Parts: sequence; structure tokens; C-alpha cells
Amino acid sequence: MADQALRKPPLGRSHGGSAGARVTPAAPATRLSLRAGADAIGTLSLAFGLELPQRPKTSASVGGRHALWLGPDEWLLIDETGADLMGIAAGVSALHSATDVSHRNVGITVSGPDAGAAIASACPLDLNNGAFPVGAAARTVLGKIEIVLLRTGEEDYRVECWRSFSPYAFGLLSEGAEDAGL
Amino acid sequence: MLLIYCPYCEEERSELEFRHGGDAHIARPTNIADVTDEAFEEYFFLRDNPKGLIFERWRHIHGCGRFFNAARDTVSDKFYLTYKAGEPKPVIPGVSPATEKTVETYEATEGTAK
Repeated sequence: MADQALRKPPLGRSHGGSAGARVTPAAPATRLSLRAGADAIGTLSLAFGLELPQRPKTSASVGGRHALWLGPDEWLLIDETGADLMGIAAGVSALHSATDVSHRNVGITVSGPDAGAAIASACPLDLNNGAFPVGAAARTVLGKIEIVLLRTGEEDYRVECWRSFSPYAFGLLSEGAEDAGL
Repeated sequence: MLLIYCPYCEEERSELEFRHGGDAHIARPTNIADVTDEAFEEYFFLRDNPKGLIFERWRHIHGCGRFFNAARDTVSDKFYLTYKAGEPKPVIPGVSPATEKTVETYEATEGTAK
């Protein structure tokens, strides 16, 4: 009898896309849904070691940790090194709300010269350099689901979706990547 | 694609990201236990359904998540402007509010139907 539970990543080792846009599952990361008023932003920024962005559609990244502006008092924090974000939040006395969503979300990276076109096949956001430059982030829709999109590089995007939606998002992005190469 | 300006995101975003939230500027009675049944019905159930200019609540649910208010034309579906929740009802130059005459009431359209 098995004496331990094995954690299976939702997308396994799948990979997809085309020569112009590779679609791959992102490595596991810790994530935090953070809500806080204007008076707590300074203290929280110090604790997390990056400046929480306060302008729409912006993000801040330091050493594999990203803070994405989602709303006027709402952020999504992603730490690719797996740091204990909840532990950091617990040490902050300023009024805020932090929820661990590490396993609620699945990250998918889309990279390559056609990455933008692959995402735009199902996403209404304007992804041109002027409207969505490197470092821009937004909550939006992809096909029938809600996603959080972060542009990590000129040809690199990170798509965050809910765990149970990840096969749908992965399939749609792979289809988009193939269509973008036509 | 219909674009709606979100006053919190400060840009136009696709209608796919938004959800309608009913009439705006509906004032809740200060003491709801004191109002008569008729006044409660008026507050809770009855809406004008104007033909033309309407002030509505909208929510950028798949974006910043915020509720805001919008002035929209119910015939052309044109958004005149949007503004943050809590701000007073704006005056829109060149657009007159819907009146009894512009509204197709049941009495006017079907009242004499046999």
C-alpha cells in the first residue's frame, strides 16, 4: 500500500505551441492574494522587498518575486523561488489581508516571436508595446476564463489561471500558437 | 468590440471584462424598517427603464474588480462617460435625460390593445 501521497502537477510535463511561440507550464511557485489600503503599502513593500505598484497595469519584479497590480487595493504576489510569502505577511502589523493562493493558480509561460499573437488569439487586451510594455500586468480574460497576464520580456509572457482551468488555457494557447505561425 | 472606459484602470477595455450592475444612484432608505411597504417596493423593485440616457452601475469584474458608474444610451448602446463610484451624477452636455415622453410605457404602447 502506498504510504505517501504524490503531488501531481496539473499540466504534468506537457509542452505545446509552435516554432514561433512555445507554450510550457511554469515551475511551481508561491503566490499571495494581497489586499491593503494606501496607508499599509509602505510597510508591506518593505517587508516583501519590492515596491508594490500603485499604477494600473504595472508590476514590480525583484529576484524572481513579482508583485502585480490587479486593482486599486489588490495585488497578486508570485515568488518563483518558493519563498514563504505567508510568513512574511504574518510579520506585518499594518492592516492588510493576505491569502495563500499558491495552489489555486497555475502558471503557463508563452515565449517566442509569436507569443503575443498566440495570446491575442483569445485575449481582448491590447498587447502592443505602447499599451502593454515589458513589465505590464493585468487581470483579463482568455477565451471563456479569467487570467492574469504578465509580460516578463519582449517575447515572453506569463499566464496565470485557476488550476482546474489550466488544461483549457494550455490547449487554447497551444492552438493560438499554431494559428499565429500560419 | 464594444470598449468601455474603466475609471480605475484609466483606459478603455473590452466589454468582455465587464458586467452590468443595474441602476445607479438608488438611495437606500436611512432606516429601512420605518418605510412603508409602498416606499419599500418603490426603492427595491421599481426601476424606470428609460429609453435614452440611463445611469448604471458596471463592474470591471475580470479586470480591477471595481464597481463604477456609467452614463449610457439604451437605444444606441453608446457610453457617454464613466465615473468612479460615489461621485455625483454628472451633467452630460447636449444629452437630455429621458422623460415620460421618450419612455414607451405599457399604457402608451399596449394600453388600448384589445
